[in-house]
Amino acid sequence: MSGRRLLAMAGGVTVLAVALTRLVDNQYYYFAGYVILQYVVLATAWNILGGYAGYVNFGSAGFFALGAYTAAVLIKAVGAPLPVLVIAAGVVSGLLGLSIGALTLRLRGVFFAIATLALAVVLQTLIVNWEYVGGSRGLYTIRPARVLFFGNYVEFLFVVMVVLAVAALTIAWRIEHSWVGRGLAAIRDNEEAAECMGVPTLRLKLLAATVSGALMGVAGAPFPYYITYMEPASTFNLDYAVNSLAMPMIGGTTTWVGPLVGAVLLGSAQQIATVTISSALNLLIVGMLLVVFVIVAPDGLVGLVRRRRSRG
Amino acid sequence: MASRLVARGIEAGYGAVRVLHGVSIEVNEGETVALLGTNGNGKSTLLKSLMGLVRPAAGEIVLETDGRSTSLVGLGPEEIVGLGVALVPEGRRLFPRLTVEENLLLGAYRREARAHIEDTLAFCLEAFPVLRERRRQLAGSMSGGEQQMLALARALMTRPRMLLIDEPSVGLAPILVSRVIAKIRELKETRHLTVLMAEQNFHQATRIADRGYVIVHGEIAFEGRSTRELTEHELVKKYYLGV
Repeated sequence: MSGRRLLAMAGGVTVLAVALTRLVDNQYYYFAGYVILQYVVLATAWNILGGYAGYVNFGSAGFFALGAYTAAVLIKAVGAPLPVLVIAAGVVSGLLGLSIGALTLRLRGVFFAIATLALAVVLQTLIVNWEYVGGSRGLYTIRPARVLFFGNYVEFLFVVMVVLAVAALTIAWRIEHSWVGRGLAAIRDNEEAAECMGVPTLRLKLLAATVSGALMGVAGAPFPYYITYMEPASTFNLDYAVNSLAMPMIGGTTTWVGPLVGAVLLGSAQQIATVTISSALNLLIVGMLLVVFVIVAPDGLVGLVRRRRSRG
Repeated sequence: MASRLVARGIEAGYGAVRVLHGVSIEVNEGETVALLGTNGNGKSTLLKSLMGLVRPAAGEIVLETDGRSTSLVGLGPEEIVGLGVALVPEGRRLFPRLTVEENLLLGAYRREARAHIEDTLAFCLEAFPVLRERRRQLAGSMSGGEQQMLALARALMTRPRMLLIDEPSVGLAPILVSRVIAKIRELKETRHLTVLMAEQNFHQATRIADRGYVIVHGEIAFEGRSTRELTEHELVKKYYLGV
């Protein structure tokens, strides 16, 4: 797939999403679609470091919430418009990824995983104690009354998330098909050998940590407008950390398709379970699927399909 | 294309454990130098120090290329690879879940190597026909001999002038060891390489070496200026030939 074709596809998907908002009236679908797309961004972001380079991040919720709170602060302080929120959230979470990476990526993978786990807890504690964003009581964010063309703000947010998901997938695709992606794959497979071959391992890992963190922050940027009432316990929820790790693993971690497939499948399953049974089941579904996949298809759905194809 | 490597008084180790105690060696342009020693005497540590994978506590390492000398101490492996030194690590260290071709392409990661990637790849597939056959196969699924060939080819993809080879014979059947050694000699001629090879298989190493060092407990115990000097030395007789 060439770069131009990729852009055409990305544009096509966005246009389709806009067209969809002309057809579907039921607001629920936009809320559900938003959540699924948000997971597409999170899973894709996680996969850039976790899948391509093999460095597991348990703190996705922290990066996501940092993006969301960055946006909330900017809305409250200066009433910044959405594009500014997205960029600011990306920059702040990207810097966090870079600094956590600089502190821990010189060491082997386990230390990075532990650091990210602690990071989410530290950030949550900071937010809980920050009065400006409402501490543990949380804060309300009022959606703009009207928005050009869409009229309905939720439909607008849905399209924004489509654009962000397409952008995240495009970035992942570009990384995967470049020397950066090749170098990350080498790090994943055998870091010492990668070093012997002249792969600048530390620089590549830092780059991956930055891009991955930034995209997670971006996923959180529209969140205050989506949820309208935001408080730390749900913004830093374990769901985000577990899902953004489980979705790529179920879909397959070595290509950009994996997180997309995993997020759409698991995200939809969770939405259906929330409506029909209870949202309390969401993590259970993920947990059981993860166990099944680790045993039956350790390379995820993408790996499973590939193996079938090469056999048949 | 002159390149020469000189190491003087290298002290290196891991944490509190000192492995090398003032090791000095020299590898001149166009030579094949053997670094002989049994397990645990510091062969790999020396090669890793030369490659920047282990940082020596003392001593100097100088690489002379085209009349320019560069101190390698303190440089990272990617910079040293960039200067034209490549290591074939002990136990191959391939990328097992990547294909043979992906392994080879990764060898050409540094910028200068990327520019010649087509040529070098063609050369490697020519020199190692078995790799051409197995191009799309995962590296980890090949036999030990094939993996060693791939490790050699991958190092060549960096377009080195100086090749450091760490125990190419390890874990291979005698017939394969003999083939690998012959291949190293062939490559040295066709690619105009300078070779430093750590080996405990004395007979195989001296087949292609011009001269060599014997390393015992982290010190150079003997320097043989020719293969004959090596074969006739007391230490070698004691350690290798069982005389």
